Amino acid sequence: MKQVKCECGHVNPHGTVLCESCGRVLVEEEKKKKLVDMRYEGSARRSQTYNKTIIDKIWNFFSSVKVGVTLIIITLAASAIGTIFPQEMYIPTTEPASVYYESQYGVAGKLYYLLGFHNLYSSWWYLLLIASIGISLVICSLDRVVPLYRALKNQKVSRHEGFLKRQRLFGTSQVEELDSSYELVKEKLKKNRYNIREENGNILAEKGRFSRWGPYINHIGLIIFLAGGMLRFVPGMYVDELLWVREGETAVIPETDGEYYLENHQFILEVYDKDKDNEAFNNAIENSGMVAKNFQSDVTLYKKSAETVAGEEPILDKVQDYELRVNEPLKFENFALYQQSYKLDELNKMSFALTNKENNEEFGDLTIDLYNPQDEYDLGDGYKVEVMSYFPDFEFDENSEPVTKSRIPNNPAFIFKMITPDKPDGEVSFVAIKQTIEPFGDNEFKMAFKGVETKNVTALTVRKDLTLGVLAVGGFIFMVGVVQGAYWNHRRIWIRRVDGEVWVAGHTNKNWHGLKREISTIFDGTGINEPKDQSDESDKSIESNSKEE
Amino acid sequence: MVSLSGNLLFASFLLYLVGTVVFAGSIKDKKGREKDHGPNKWAKIGVGITIAGFLSQLGYFITRWIAAGHAPVSNLFEFTTFFGMCLVGAFIVIYFIYKLPALGLFTLPVALLLIGYAAMFPRDISPLVPSLQSNWLHIHVTTAALGQAILAISFVAGLIYLIKAIDHTKSSKESNWLEAVLFGVVCTVGFIVISSIFSFSGYKSEFHWVDNNDVEANVEFHLPALVGPHEGEHLTPEKFSPLVEAPGIIDAKKLNTVIWSLMTGVILYLLFRLIFRKRIAQVLQPLTKRANLDLVDEIGYRSVLIGFPVFTLGALIFAMIWAQIAWSRFWGWDPKEVWALITWLFYAAYLHLRLSKGWHGKKSAWLGVIGFLIIMFNLIVVNLVIAGLHSYAGS
Repeated sequence: MKQVKCECGHVNPHGTVLCESCGRVLVEEEKKKKLVDMRYEGSARRSQTYNKTIIDKIWNFFSSVKVGVTLIIITLAASAIGTIFPQEMYIPTTEPASVYYESQYGVAGKLYYLLGFHNLYSSWWYLLLIASIGISLVICSLDRVVPLYRALKNQKVSRHEGFLKRQRLFGTSQVEELDSSYELVKEKLKKNRYNIREENGNILAEKGRFSRWGPYINHIGLIIFLAGGMLRFVPGMYVDELLWVREGETAVIPETDGEYYLENHQFILEVYDKDKDNEAFNNAIENSGMVAKNFQSDVTLYKKSAETVAGEEPILDKVQDYELRVNEPLKFENFALYQQSYKLDELNKMSFALTNKENNEEFGDLTIDLYNPQDEYDLGDGYKVEVMSYFPDFEFDENSEPVTKSRIPNNPAFIFKMITPDKPDGEVSFVAIKQTIEPFGDNEFKMAFKGVETKNVTALTVRKDLTLGVLAVGGFIFMVGVVQGAYWNHRRIWIRRVDGEVWVAGHTNKNWHGLKREISTIFDGTGINEPKDQSDESDKSIESNSKEE
Repeated sequence: MVSLSGNLLFASFLLYLVGTVVFAGSIKDKKGREKDHGPNKWAKIGVGITIAGFLSQLGYFITRWIAAGHAPVSNLFEFTTFFGMCLVGAFIVIYFIYKLPALGLFTLPVALLLIGYAAMFPRDISPLVPSLQSNWLHIHVTTAALGQAILAISFVAGLIYLIKAIDHTKSSKESNWLEAVLFGVVCTVGFIVISSIFSFSGYKSEFHWVDNNDVEANVEFHLPALVGPHEGEHLTPEKFSPLVEAPGIIDAKKLNTVIWSLMTGVILYLLFRLIFRKRIAQVLQPLTKRANLDLVDEIGYRSVLIGFPVFTLGALIFAMIWAQIAWSRFWGWDPKEVWALITWLFYAAYLHLRLSKGWHGKKSAWLGVIGFLIIMFNLIVVNLVIAGLHSYAGS
């Protein structure tokens, strides 16, 4: 690995274009150019220097901004495709995805499903794209930040003439009262908060160098953020459960190892009321009908007591009462409960009366808890009802046998055996909503429907996300870096005495307009000419402007 | 309070209109532009009127906030007018850095179109549904809108650059595409014009229709129905009857509005060509003659530099914090979220491309224009067509 020794004595790494110390142009081709390329200070970037081994090639591939931008654009386009039709998680659960997309969107929908776009954001190739962007971020940054740091650290005050005259802002002047001009310029530079270094009557004024690190800092933030995103796949970091709790019920909170319980006292749904709420809303309420105002579960959080004996009913210690609303989750330990959904008026209890079919004489009522029906209801005086079968969510299967679809009492049905003094062997009756079947012929008695009791059910998301801290740190570092890079500029002004002349050159990494304005106030009235913009574009525009004048 | 608020908004609309004319005057004005590069008298008046308009709109915003009890950024009308206000605010700040009157001449019409477009949607003060009842509504939405508005300045700068730099006398790829963008602007005018005409005349026709999932509903059209809804039954047969019927998956009312806007846009465009016998860009070109291309290019870049961090903070970071609180997850690939990510990726690409040579000037100007199209897509198409969790923003 050969190093490049500059005439000024500084030893530069192989591949350096501009001497880190004096700025002298070290590469012949660069000398032919009117302006030097100041990106990364002409430092030796690994990717521009080595291209032999497979590692070099991979490094060079990912260190290219062009490749990085291409990856960004591909990710952008892919993300857009994922919004053409809803993702699988947002389609109704009534139909499987294989059917839904075709039935809703026809051939296009079928194709969308077959290509896997219905789960685009968790597809292997999308994750591969994000991972590639991550790799590109790391390699791009390392390839640039190390040599850039070296170059900025090693720069000396007196820069080579070839470097100065190839700066975009450059000018020379004959100055009469050199010392007083220098003092005035220095004073003005200080006023503009420049750091001034002097050497042999030459000046380097510099400010905002820290903004050069902005991009690399924001890339670090992004890497941390992406790493935080991957942490979710580590077991124990992330919990996403849905907990349904009926009013009056206490349920164990999933994923808490049976440590925490939640009691739902009441679920409240409020809508805006034209008479009570802000009058300004009246038009909107009239136009859109009902507008929800509040979804709320009044809950109590319990923790299992240490005194609980294994195998017995847990002893619960109250932790807190809470009004759980949307935007106001209940937090405990690393968990949070969110108001997610609800179901109003779910069937809870059903009442019947054992009745003589002929004269409608009743022989006692019974109320069945649809979640916990008894086997037998004794009505006294020899009247008794046995529950032979219970179907909470009843339907007939393909063989016309009664079955239940779920354990939720959406459509309860019973097979009762009614035992009476008249019929001590009992009569069998199948009772469902608005339906009675007497399988063994005409019965003397029936179970007359008396009424139902309903309850509201609340659905809460149980969330634990230990990655949030990492994401917050990543996001914060990103913001710091991006602000640092965007809202400050790295400006340098070189002043050098060359053969009785004063040479001035200026450089900024961005916002040339700002630098030019600042420079013109600094040199105004000092006897030193303000440097001129040598870049081609501005020459042209000055020309075209002057033509129009 | 509500009517005061509406009047203030109307006043600001008029002031922006007058401001546009004055800025145009400042460019035509031949006096006082010999050696002195500073803005002339007209430009100073123009920016004064713009500030007055901005303050008036700020008054609208505050009074409406007081009336509603929450910041007026909760539906499409409120958000879009706020976006217009932020655009004017961003212009005022950037104007005082760069003193370029042409920027005012092109920014104010964009703000006018935004406000005009917004006014075509329901303007009622709407109560907040539970998921919106949070201070993060104010923080997230206002910061996101401000970020987008600053980014939009790069669109205006890009337009000025392209109108000036492209030769419009010849038909070329770039001149045709630029004219296409301007035609899009004309169609927006078309939408506002045609909606206003039929809204003033009180046109209404009603249909009973059945959608893809066999759900039946009634729908009211405010423009004559060229396209009728799926299995639509015309309940007001005395009104114009549809020529074609839309498939069940498509919202016929919106499609009908798009068709009307396009038709009106075409008519307006043809009228323009008939009167001026030139492309729009060519007619506008003299208005950009005093703009220094290098400076315009720098304004475009600078506004992306300033806007990008604000946008990141508002549309991604604050959005994620609120999503975690309201929806229990900070990110859910909802279309609005995805399009915010797309916008962010796009401007990230812009900033990286600026690093490589050759992506200054025209190319960079085009990127500014495309970026704004993405922002508009997220505002209009994602709200009205794709919907999703942010669908409440559509009414």
